[in-house]
Amino acid sequence: MTHGLSAEHEELRRTVEEFARTEVAPVIGDYYERGAFPYPIVAKMGRMGLFGLPFPEEYGGMGGDYFALCLALEELARADSSVAITLEAGVSLGAMPIHRFGSEEQKSTWLPRLCSGEALGAFGLTEPGGGSDAGATRTTADLAEGRWTVNGTKCFITNSGTDITALVTVTAVTGTRPDGRPEISAILIPSGTPGMAVGQHYSKVGWNASDTNELVFTDCRVPAGNLVGERGRGYAQFLRILDEGRIAIAALAVGLAQGCVDESVRYAGQREAFGHSIGRYQAIQFAIADMEARAHTARLAYYDAAARMLAGEPFKKEAAIAKLVASNAAMDNARAATQVFGGYGFMNETPVGRFYRDAKILEIGEGTSEIQRMLIARELGLPA
Amino acid sequence: MNIVVLVKQVPDTATERKLSSDDNTLDRAASDGVINELDEYAIEEALLLKEKHGGEVTILTMGPDQATDSIRKALSMGADKAVHLVDDALHGSDALQTAYALSKALGTLEFDLVVLGSESTDARTGIVGAALAEYLGLPQLTLAGKVDVDGQAIRIQRATDYGHDVVEAQLPAVVSVVEKINEPRYPSFKLIMQAKKKPVAKLSAADAGIDTALVGLGNAATETVDFAPAPPRAAGTVIKDEGDGGVKAADFLAEKKFV
Repeated sequence: MTHGLSAEHEELRRTVEEFARTEVAPVIGDYYERGAFPYPIVAKMGRMGLFGLPFPEEYGGMGGDYFALCLALEELARADSSVAITLEAGVSLGAMPIHRFGSEEQKSTWLPRLCSGEALGAFGLTEPGGGSDAGATRTTADLAEGRWTVNGTKCFITNSGTDITALVTVTAVTGTRPDGRPEISAILIPSGTPGMAVGQHYSKVGWNASDTNELVFTDCRVPAGNLVGERGRGYAQFLRILDEGRIAIAALAVGLAQGCVDESVRYAGQREAFGHSIGRYQAIQFAIADMEARAHTARLAYYDAAARMLAGEPFKKEAAIAKLVASNAAMDNARAATQVFGGYGFMNETPVGRFYRDAKILEIGEGTSEIQRMLIARELGLPA
Repeated sequence: MNIVVLVKQVPDTATERKLSSDDNTLDRAASDGVINELDEYAIEEALLLKEKHGGEVTILTMGPDQATDSIRKALSMGADKAVHLVDDALHGSDALQTAYALSKALGTLEFDLVVLGSESTDARTGIVGAALAEYLGLPQLTLAGKVDVDGQAIRIQRATDYGHDVVEAQLPAVVSVVEKINEPRYPSFKLIMQAKKKPVAKLSAADAGIDTALVGLGNAATETVDFAPAPPRAAGTVIKDEGDGGVKAADFLAEKKFV
């Protein structure tokens, strides 16, 4: 056992580590270069039950907890971030809102398929005119004659355009609150609903083997029962989902940071310069030691945030700290690992080249580093 | 259909493996123990047969205390229960003695089929399946690349150099499998959590009715008298193509008796 992990969590961690090393690492580079979604790998992840990790067995889940998901994300991201973000978005953004806020019917309809990995769920929050400012939602949903009519555009939506995408839950303005601010609710839209169009498939700097699209809704109609959670609670629900998601993204970032260490240690022991393996030079040793220290401390930060969340304690500040330091660690380690590799680090076929391209988004997605600092400052009681 | 899968814990092939200088047996402390790779295929095949025909899958492992880790992993893949044959008297047993001891342990169980990997990655004798079938007086179906069970009949495809033979027998029988037979599953978290609640029965040599005068290093039919590390790989031969590269390459292969 390490880090106080239970025997079961450690067994899961080792299982995913082996899976990532033997099933993901050897083949993912090719998908990445082609910008192709790795359906066979996602199917295998599904058969292992990774998409059902934190959900109850009655809905096809594994009966595990959110920490189990985080461990799986870290081990996957040690090999590759595209498959890790596919899992993260599928579970904590696609299925979790339904599990946490959905009706019994929504849960029994959707969760078994999402837990098995046969279907993916997506979550549409960000819009062309607003990411961090989630309250500035422009998309609207009007209720008339028992149906919601959704209009608007969502952007950068992970898992929204794959062959196995089953649904997207979107935030939309559904009215005006008594205080004059917009009332925001969450609406579940099954894939293939008329009026829903998968727009441009982005050309991204990184995460190239994951699926990210724009979604356009034009008079897209779904039954009134597709409201997820309470009307007008959409924004509050999302904040909870985002707080949790930060821990998951922190775990993913720690995986990338650790993957940089793994690769650098291996390479520094093989590569020779000026008569010795470069791992004998202190310049390289210190760089790798710093990388390990960053990965380790960031891991402790997300373990702590996850432990608080599972204990039912407040975890908003700790989740923000974990996301902030882990994404910093990922970025710093990717830069340092690329330097250890020299010219080879600049080649896309080396894992560190991929890590370098994949690191930057971690400082942006699911709350930018600036937003994390705002949240930490707010939790400290600094003036709003 | 009740299936017993024989699972051996072996040193991880990814680590440096050593023999102990005291008695030329495996130094189990020198590297991590893992399930013998071919036994994972045996477990998978047993689980597939159970999914098709019902029944129970029991893991039978002979090995020291630390083999418990491998037993748990086998249970995490979905086996129902396990029997751990563990006794100091068994230390240093060779392949024949192992087959004898396993046959006695199997005598305490009810089964229709015994499945095992066709060889282990440490000793690599590849004879335990055949010897075990002899001790049990059961048909042996070795090197199976495909297994079908229909009532009391079992039919396998035996992998050969030229393709495969089809071999049939009546249950109960002993089947050894090769790696092309299936793709072993990864344990799911649900099964990992269930595994800790599954029964693991410890069996001593006496419990199994094993005559300890027949097992162990001192009574073994074979003895490891010496060991040496594999020689470092020699440098390759570079053939420069000056118009006759193909001929030179063919000559090289002929000289090494590859063609």
